[in-house]
Amino acid sequence: MLSPEDVQKVATLARLKLSTEELQQVSRQLDGILDYVAVLNEVDVSNVEPMAHVADVANAFREDEVRASLPREESLSNAPKTDGKYFLVPQILETA
Amino acid sequence: MEFTPIIGLEVHVQLLTKSKLFCGCANFFNPDNPNVQTCPVCLGLPGSLPVMNREALRLSQKTAMALNLNLAHFTKWDRKQYYYPDLPKAYQISQFDLPFSYDGWVEVVLPSTGEVTRVRLIRAHLEEDAGKNIHDESGRGADSKVDLNRTGTPLLEIVTEPDIRSSEQARVFLEELRLLLRYIEVSDCNMQEGSLRCDANVNLHVQENGEAIPTPIVEVKNLNSFRGVEAAVEYEIKRQSKAWQTDHKRLGEVPKETRGWDAERGLTFAQRGKEDAADYRYFPDPDLVPVITTDEQFDEIRATLCVLPATRRTRYVKELGLSVYDAGVIVDQGREFADYFDEVSTVCGDGKQTANWLTQDVQRELNERKIQIGEFAIPAAVLGSVLQRIVNGDITIKSGRDVFTELLTRTDDGKNVSVESVDSIIANKGLGKEQDTGKIDAAIQTVIDNERNAKAVEDVRSGKHQAVGPLIGQVMRDLKGADPGSVRQMIIDKLMS
Repeated sequence: MLSPEDVQKVATLARLKLSTEELQQVSRQLDGILDYVAVLNEVDVSNVEPMAHVADVANAFREDEVRASLPREESLSNAPKTDGKYFLVPQILETA
Repeated sequence: MEFTPIIGLEVHVQLLTKSKLFCGCANFFNPDNPNVQTCPVCLGLPGSLPVMNREALRLSQKTAMALNLNLAHFTKWDRKQYYYPDLPKAYQISQFDLPFSYDGWVEVVLPSTGEVTRVRLIRAHLEEDAGKNIHDESGRGADSKVDLNRTGTPLLEIVTEPDIRSSEQARVFLEELRLLLRYIEVSDCNMQEGSLRCDANVNLHVQENGEAIPTPIVEVKNLNSFRGVEAAVEYEIKRQSKAWQTDHKRLGEVPKETRGWDAERGLTFAQRGKEDAADYRYFPDPDLVPVITTDEQFDEIRATLCVLPATRRTRYVKELGLSVYDAGVIVDQGREFADYFDEVSTVCGDGKQTANWLTQDVQRELNERKIQIGEFAIPAAVLGSVLQRIVNGDITIKSGRDVFTELLTRTDDGKNVSVESVDSIIANKGLGKEQDTGKIDAAIQTVIDNERNAKAVEDVRSGKHQAVGPLIGQVMRDLKGADPGSVRQMIIDKLMS
């Protein structure tokens, strides 16, 4: 069972603000999902190597070559706020 | 109060690739033109896919070899959740449980005691750098500016065991690491530009009633100079020992604290944590496939390593007979200087003579001209040829200096100099040491017969050998080049017989 604290923590990390009702509802739903996938615990995997990737592929590289970047105007074009040179974001507090 | 400082460092090094780690944007420091080195991949736009830069991994593996790290044949990349505007994907591609290298060490010598110490490394892994946030310093709460030119730059993270016991050792470790990385040409380690950055984890083991009590660990960030690392660690040691005396807080009794270093005021200050509940939630990045490297591929990379600084110091002392100090001076100048030294000493066959010339005559010229050895106009083979003649006794050290000066005069005029230039300078200036004893004998006779020298000759005959000096000088001038020791002996023999 997920505790309301667990759900609240996950919500905070995902930047979601949940009301008390939503918290309870989401808790129930998450529990249902976890129960559903718990069936996988019955599979014996003691002889199975841990998988790093679903595709059985390794060593996909590109050579160290420079390609054209986007013009600045285009890079900034989706930003909610810019000064024409930088992305602008609400002040980030770093010092105490 | 008795305590031992316990220090571990986390060093971030930008790799010298042409392009970024996962896209083709240029990798170079360009703060005056923000946001011109970005593309859908490093902007984190939906639908874009990262592809690993082969050279970045090769440079990483090369570094691991130089740091005595074990290399993994199988390695993979993971997502580290990171919610901050300088990395717009909201995660950093890094390595979690299977880094490409682990368990290494670097040996450093403490200048104050000469003690040789080994700092163990836990691991080195390859990740992407974040962009740069520029904060409003006015305190009026204006927006922060974000420059994503640096986002996605290949970054090597090197983590030490908490083996460091003093601020001096922390500084020397970082200096040695930088020298080594520059020797193997994987990074320029330019600290002003942020290509080498360091965080320090510091706490104390306080001795109390026969027990070593660990104090809370503090992470000091933003150490971007050697002096900064040393001063910040020293400051933390003092601050934490005072804190212990007032609050007696042990490790685990308070959350881990992150502090910044204010270089101007010379103190550390508490920083607000980035994530209230630091929870990186690593998981394998499905956009990148694992990398498998064979022993043959490792051997190919190993073959590109040069002789490392520590090995060179030892060789200079043991094989060439240099003092530990001189060996250090030469090696610490950097790879180009040490390579130049190697070539000159191989040509002339005398390491000590080479060391004297390089640390004095050559170094002085470099300083006066404000240039690096790579820009020095006398090729190593030519200087080696001058020194070889001194070592062989063909010319005197003084004549060697004249040749050196003349070579520089020629290069200053824009001419190239070669071994033939050395031959012609010696011939034109008559600097060759006179080997013909008949000629030397005749020159001595002329000086003795000179009326003006009658007094000096008489003095030498009556046993005042110090009077021979001026006579040697005159003979030497007449001969232009001769061995002063043998001239002295010949004059005395002649006058005393």
